[in-house]
Amino acid sequence: MSYRLPAPETQPPYDAPDYGSTHKRHPKQPLIRIAQTLSETSAPRMRPSLYETTHNLAKGPGWEAQGERITVAGRVLDEDGRPVPGAMVEVWQANAAGRYNHERDQHDAPLDPNFKGEGRIFTDAEGWYRYTTIRPGAYPWRNHHNAWRPVHIHYSLFGAGFAQRLITQMYFPGDPLLPLDPIFNCVPDPAARQRLVAAFDLEVTEPEYALGYRFDIVLRGRDATPMENPA
Amino acid sequence: MSLASDDRSAEGRGGLNRPPLQATASQTAGPYWHLIDFPEWADLLRSNGPNAAIAGERITLLGTVTDGDGAPCPDAMVEIWQADPEGRYDGDFHGFGRCATDQAGRFRFLTLKPGAVRAEGNAFQAPHVVVSLFARGLLKQLVTRLYFAGEPLNEQDPVLSAVPPDRRGTLIARPEGDGAWRLDMRLQGEGEMVFLEI
Ligand SMILES: [Fe+2]
Repeated sequence: MSYRLPAPETQPPYDAPDYGSTHKRHPKQPLIRIAQTLSETSAPRMRPSLYETTHNLAKGPGWEAQGERITVAGRVLDEDGRPVPGAMVEVWQANAAGRYNHERDQHDAPLDPNFKGEGRIFTDAEGWYRYTTIRPGAYPWRNHHNAWRPVHIHYSLFGAGFAQRLITQMYFPGDPLLPLDPIFNCVPDPAARQRLVAAFDLEVTEPEYALGYRFDIVLRGRDATPMENPA
Repeated sequence: MSLASDDRSAEGRGGLNRPPLQATASQTAGPYWHLIDFPEWADLLRSNGPNAAIAGERITLLGTVTDGDGAPCPDAMVEIWQADPEGRYDGDFHGFGRCATDQAGRFRFLTLKPGAVRAEGNAFQAPHVVVSLFARGLLKQLVTRLYFAGEPLNEQDPVLSAVPPDRRGTLIARPEGDGAWRLDMRLQGEGEMVFLEI
């Protein structure tokens, strides 16, 4: 068993001239392609007993974050549409004002003492995950003049094989900053970019409580078994 | 989406038979990923952790991550995945660690030395650790491996053999005494580390 390589146009390159930080950090030598071994097809068994879960980033005992409350739900699937159960999903984000609870974030926007901005969820048997947070704010960065990141939530996922490891970002529908963002636009295929944008979902929306968004994530699938046209 | 131009179809890894869904695009971890940094994860042998009761040769894996100018990358996430001392991935050993590089670009893991891992047929891979690097400026992870200098199996390891001999050294950690093994990781330029497409 091994994992299929993703279609190249659906993934960003290492060298993306519009995203300045790639200049000195992308390898100049081509990657060396290897056949996957047990080391790539196996993965750590992440589980709630080892990694405590946090389903609600917006509220806890005695504290509540400022901002527009949202619930995000979705499924983690592989490319063949099979659910990935027990996948560990880590999320992190800026607060409602667009500031991270991070010492190196110098953006002059207020910190919220009641918002850490980090959570961890595991998918259920059908691959579903769900958490509640606040809608993050957009924030400036210094990539180019007047550069602002569109509103986003960072995601980190562990699947059933280390080759499925994925870090990505979820964006919000209708964000006017999306067409201007070099990080979002570094994905060549427009359809693949669009899949990074969550959908407003009334089914996920909780009455009198939180707007709902749906965001599905697809991890690399397994290689098709035997060749169809053995030569 | 037309997939007819996929140049890997001949190698049987997609192309002709694209699956119904496509893997989600990777995006950078950015400079603020430390919200999911838990420094204790770099110590796979932590006393309250999953490996506290597992015996083996205790080692330290350390090094620096540097960029095309040789300047430290002070905001990289280094992740490791490794077999247990018997070379198995399905035992009780939890072979996963994460470490944030410091201002000098340094990382440091405490772990047990992995054993040789089974490969195709009756062959074995040399003891190794799978390494992933995430950082601001990396739109997707860089994947590589750390091997141990002086292991006889290094000579016939299938992955090391796929690397041109003059670059193999970038994957081989050197002993520094007291169980410490050093592997410096240069992302670009002179001594650029070998990165793998898996
Ligand atoms: Fe961000």
